[in-house]
Amino acid sequence: MTGETLYPRLEPLLAQIQKPIQYVGGELNAQVKPWDGAAVHWALMYPDAYEVGLPNQGLMILYEVLNERPDALAERTYAVWPDLAALMRENGVPQFTVDGHRSVADFDLLGVSFATELGYTNLLEALDLAGVPLHAVDRDESHPVVVAGGHAAFNPEPVSDFVDCAVLGDGEQVVGDITDVVRAWKEQGRPGGRVELLSRLARVDGVYVPRFYAVSYGPDGTIAAVQRTRDDVPARIGKRTVMDLDEWPYPKTPIVPLAESVHERMSVEIFRGCTRGCRFCQAGMITRPVRERTITGIGSMVEQGLKATGYEEVGLLSLSSADHSEIGQLAKELADRYEGTNTSLSLPSTRVDAFNVTLANELSRNGRRSGLTFAPEGGSERIRRVINKTVSKEDLVRTVTTAYANGWRQVKLYFMCGLPTETDEDVLEIADLAVEVIKAGREASGQKDIRCTVSIGGFVPKPHTPFQWAAQASAETIDHRLRLLRQKINEDRRIGRSIGIRYHDGKPGVIEGLLSRGDRRVGRVIERVWREGGKFDGWSEHFSFDRWTTAAAEELAPFGVDLDWFTTRERTEHEVLPWDHLDSGLDKEFLWDDWQEALNEEEVADCRWTPCYDCGVCPTMGTEIQIGPTGRSLIPLTVV
Amino acid sequence: MARQPEGPPPPPTVQKLRIRYAKRGRLRFASHRDLARTLERALRRASVPMAFSAGFSPHPKISYLGAAPTGAASEAEYLEIGLSVRCDPEAVRAALDAALPEDVAVLDCVEAREGTGSLADRIDTSVWRVELPGVTLAELQPAVAAFLAADEVTVAKRTKNGLKDIDAREAVTSASAAEGTGCAILHMVVRQLTPAVRPDDVLAALAAVADLHPPLPARAVREAQGRLDDSGTVADPLGPDRTARILHREEHAAI
Repeated sequence: MTGETLYPRLEPLLAQIQKPIQYVGGELNAQVKPWDGAAVHWALMYPDAYEVGLPNQGLMILYEVLNERPDALAERTYAVWPDLAALMRENGVPQFTVDGHRSVADFDLLGVSFATELGYTNLLEALDLAGVPLHAVDRDESHPVVVAGGHAAFNPEPVSDFVDCAVLGDGEQVVGDITDVVRAWKEQGRPGGRVELLSRLARVDGVYVPRFYAVSYGPDGTIAAVQRTRDDVPARIGKRTVMDLDEWPYPKTPIVPLAESVHERMSVEIFRGCTRGCRFCQAGMITRPVRERTITGIGSMVEQGLKATGYEEVGLLSLSSADHSEIGQLAKELADRYEGTNTSLSLPSTRVDAFNVTLANELSRNGRRSGLTFAPEGGSERIRRVINKTVSKEDLVRTVTTAYANGWRQVKLYFMCGLPTETDEDVLEIADLAVEVIKAGREASGQKDIRCTVSIGGFVPKPHTPFQWAAQASAETIDHRLRLLRQKINEDRRIGRSIGIRYHDGKPGVIEGLLSRGDRRVGRVIERVWREGGKFDGWSEHFSFDRWTTAAAEELAPFGVDLDWFTTRERTEHEVLPWDHLDSGLDKEFLWDDWQEALNEEEVADCRWTPCYDCGVCPTMGTEIQIGPTGRSLIPLTVV
Repeated sequence: MARQPEGPPPPPTVQKLRIRYAKRGRLRFASHRDLARTLERALRRASVPMAFSAGFSPHPKISYLGAAPTGAASEAEYLEIGLSVRCDPEAVRAALDAALPEDVAVLDCVEAREGTGSLADRIDTSVWRVELPGVTLAELQPAVAAFLAADEVTVAKRTKNGLKDIDAREAVTSASAAEGTGCAILHMVVRQLTPAVRPDDVLAALAAVADLHPPLPARAVREAQGRLDDSGTVADPLGPDRTARILHREEHAAI
């Protein structure tokens, strides 16, 4: 029977595996709606382990938005660890949802949110466990429509063999449109089968159906053209943008896991989009324009969410939270409201130039004074001009020192390595900076036990950014520079012992680069890697660089391209990029000019406070910046 | 000198409550840490006025007593909480029960009475009921008999430092077999020694002495915990607090 629970068959397996709690569901605020009451059934997947996927805001929002519709039902599914996957195959138990423990194959749609490309092999594993054909063309109308979303969906070409559609942009409204289309098609008796359904979906704004577009290649291996194969689908697919965030106060009742997860807090998205213009940042480019939630909208989400969850920490999320036009007042008034309740507030990371101690003190007034995190991203002032994240060394040292002087003991600094035009010296300046920060901090605080953690990630050029044309640094370059940096920090042990370094080797970044800027030919590499046992590529204990490089060499050779061609090769101005037909609103010319300005070390200001710099998004998408201040304030909560 | 946070110290503990709760159904797969997190959040949702520790990282005052292993259900888990405002124990029980997931039930809540000793001192034994699907009574009975007849049964136990040999026999003070629906049931009383002997260890011992290999995973439920007296019964660990309360009332009545 469709929609039947698999739990009785799953339960005996759970006694034999690690962390079984992640598969049982029943979390606070989870929902199980009756199967037959809904016309359209969605399985929503985060393609990584439960502990990583559960806190994902995007999926939690869509789960609520869909379940609020009387005609829809949504349940969650996550990547299954290899210990359970082996038992499931042995015992014929398919990929299941954690809410109703229903077979994923029973659902009308499988929505997969890709925050990172390293989840691709986990999608293949889930499809295989679900008994759904791996290739979209092999599916019939009894199989779920596989829909990719999330930031990686802005270039879904590498997974275009495996997904039926990709959705560009904000999901809140488009999931409703898709539900309407699927419902109508089912009620009409599924006319025209799967192809008809997909063609109807292809006419929904923001939905891209790769099979209706043909890609041809030139003799040099670059794309010659991407052409639609039907007249009734758009030539270019534009992203979706939700305007007025106050009308979409989701998640209202966040799911609280029993199992430990990566974010043990409640989150409220205080604005979406960012126009700071950091050139490496795909999120900042594809989510424009800035749309703020109002102070009162945030206040009621915090109030309702805390009541519904019991969390002791509230994360005020966005791409640059200290930039919210009402942030100072918001932090103060929230701290007033929750005085004496051991409820702390946190910002994900703070721009050095937007930080002030008053803000930080308000954030930690009622709870734990955890560490502060700043993200200068580049080690030298020169490289910070290249990436357009300009802050002087003096300002940086002064800000961090102020934090130490005000009682913070632990400061984390985020950097990237392998940025365009970067030299060894740019990276070595990270060491100078950290040393100065510790020296000045010890002096200002009169304490020796302060710490500074330097966290460094390898830079991966992303589609729809000015760096989409850039040559990615090789793994060897990254590893070499990180080695030099480590040596330099440890030169003076009296200072170096107060500095922690966290980094990853350069290899996973190269594969992420292949998957980020890859085209349809990369699909064969992903499939090969999965067939050879690759999954959980975001986890170092599961990631195998050799498996990826061997698969890439052999699967790409027939096309005359290779791993380097996709990663360390610089693109030219007029090369057709695999994602050119997917429209984030950004003018390709604007991005190219910005790339040239980056090479000239020229900065660009933020259009939130300065005149429009014509990135193209607002006019193309019919949107506008929405910011405060609103002049409103948070009144104290009535004591219950 | 250790640094101190600014501001006044947190309000002191004015009342201690002792709570018995159950984990059932799907939530038997919750680990102790999972349950601890869930309980702490439920206490906040239920607006129970918890007392907090002092310092930069204030923590609610909760102490847990020996938790049932992941995968085992329990009708008798215990914890003690410190409150900053006096509350009616029954009101706290009901509010906490309502705030917890369905498969965690708060069964009992009493005020800790001065002079009755610590809760930990009142628990040294567990009563287990273990369902063995696919095993018949005729198979289980001789296995239990063989186990009880042995002086010592060594089994390999997985610990943090790898496999370790332990004796599964000494801790078991009584064991018997019964018939269930589609399964045999093992009842046993097990003393809480170090290293702990868990239902899985006894099942491994049954495999060792009688070659009993259940075809499906067992389902264990801890039915009670407490102090084992000379007559072989396990006393209610909240009993002394209840008795003290009754005595207290009688004193009042006498005046």
